Amino acid sequence: MSSVALSPSEWQAFWLSLDVAARSVLFSLPVAIVVAWLLARRRFLGRTVVDAFVHLPLVLPPVVVGYFLLLLFGTRGPIGSWLKSTFDLQLVFTTAGAALATAVMSFPLVVRAIRLSIENIDPGLEDVARTLGARALDRFLTITLPLMTPGILVGTVVAFSASLGEFGAVITFASNIPGETQTLPLALYTALQTPNGDVAAARLAVLSVGLGLAGLLASEWIARALRRRFGR
Amino acid sequence: MLEFQASLRREAFKLNLEFSAPAPSVTALFGRSGAGKSTVVALLAGLLKPERGRIVLEEQVLFDSATGVNAPAEERAIACVFQDARLFPHLDVRANLRYGQHRVRGRPTPISEAEIVELLGLARLLERRVHELSGGEKQRVSLGRALLAQPRLLLLDEPLASLDAARRDEVLPYLERLRDEIRIPIVYVSHSFDEVLRLAEHVVLLEHGEVLASGPVARICLEPALHAIAGEGVMGSVLEGSVVNYDTDEGLATVKCGQLSLRVAVAAAPRERLRIFVPAGDVVIALNEVKEVSTRNVIPVEIVRLEPLEGSVLLHLEVGGRALLARVTHSAVRELRLAEEVRCYALVKAVAAQGRRFPGRGDRAPAGPGNQAPGERT
Repeated sequence: MSSVALSPSEWQAFWLSLDVAARSVLFSLPVAIVVAWLLARRRFLGRTVVDAFVHLPLVLPPVVVGYFLLLLFGTRGPIGSWLKSTFDLQLVFTTAGAALATAVMSFPLVVRAIRLSIENIDPGLEDVARTLGARALDRFLTITLPLMTPGILVGTVVAFSASLGEFGAVITFASNIPGETQTLPLALYTALQTPNGDVAAARLAVLSVGLGLAGLLASEWIARALRRRFGR
Repeated sequence: MLEFQASLRREAFKLNLEFSAPAPSVTALFGRSGAGKSTVVALLAGLLKPERGRIVLEEQVLFDSATGVNAPAEERAIACVFQDARLFPHLDVRANLRYGQHRVRGRPTPISEAEIVELLGLARLLERRVHELSGGEKQRVSLGRALLAQPRLLLLDEPLASLDAARRDEVLPYLERLRDEIRIPIVYVSHSFDEVLRLAEHVVLLEHGEVLASGPVARICLEPALHAIAGEGVMGSVLEGSVVNYDTDEGLATVKCGQLSLRVAVAAAPRERLRIFVPAGDVVIALNEVKEVSTRNVIPVEIVRLEPLEGSVLLHLEVGGRALLARVTHSAVRELRLAEEVRCYALVKAVAAQGRRFPGRGDRAPAGPGNQAPGERT
């Protein structure tokens, strides 16, 4: 019986994973909406560079991303030291830091999903809204944003699921502190390093698979519900 | 009154044109695809900026490159209906209709939702989602949405072009009602001259980004430029007049167009105004007054001009100040010695003439501001 049930520390890792994933989505979503809109609808100098930069976490080893985060947000890094002195906020070795690392890693996935849905919106609809008297912000809020919701929802689910599994960037930037930054994959890794930890590792692995599947099914369900609603 | 003058240069396209549209009439922009019609629509609506030009709607300058005036599209109060209805897919029909209505910003609101719902037959559609509508229904909703924005000008950009013939016939009567009952100037863009004949009072003929001719429909029908663009199908003359008598047994209406009295097989009520299109290919020319003949109209005419076409000749005829077109073969011209100033007879079949109810906005009371001078319209 004890081999099936999760131990308190494993439960802790489970809830912490959800906490980190939720915070990471909260961080990245507003920025991703703006960036996706800029990339999809605006032609500006350096657009290709921004595009490449956004996608960098997809092609870099996560450890490298974690390393750069340490350089920037570490206690002696330019942003980290400023945050420390201005807001007394420390990201390294904290849950917020783990969330930042997963947010950076899942950012390209969110941007891609949202951008795709913006590119699917007929710009003619925004033109019509203009001729009907809607100004820029009005148009964005009443036409563009509602029509991007499929992308935003799918992007959120994908980012949330991906955040649950982020390992390299989290362990490099936020370390592996139980109750603080030890999410499911980190707990799993720790269990594997522990003698007789293989049963615990199996439990955590099954849990991860379950969460991942739930995320994929949710995104599929949302996509289908929205297609029905918009009749596409 | 709309005054439009703009020039614009693109890589493979040059546009440089000027026209005016008398309010509150329906002005058609007619031309082949690629003539620049949709560019004019975008320039008028403010979705595109001309390099040089001046656009004035009812004394308000919307654009003037000389003074740097450029009213943004959202403040021009020019509502558009496009070929692809462009309804907002996340809103239902009612919310689509109200989108512009909620953004009128202090302009007068003479057009009520109830009136539009009645005029366009939308009552049964209000709760529907956009993707549940047929193509024709979508265009009706799009029209309603544009009108409820209380526009000062309605721009219809090929509103029927993406519909099949049956759907087109379903929407056309609504457009005619709208023309007759709503006093907003309309610019109607089309590449179908049949639609122009049914709806418009003035025509601006476009080709390669330039105006070839513009004027009342009846006059544009005589333009060789139109014949070159639109082909044989549209060769014919337009006569406008009122019904003096309708014989219900025979199904024959007698229509008085100036001094010319024409009998046509069109159901009509006495005193009703009709626009009659007489296809040039259906007019027979005789040198003598034929007595025993089936054609109901034998009209004495004078030839004023011969317009040679490929394989035929278009005769411009005149009768009592009205123009009539007849298309005959070169051999007929030779054998009958048809030439300018020759007097002859035009035989017009009553069943060949196509008649349309056409009140003409200028004739309608009451005369308000913006109404045009009498005599400008036939």
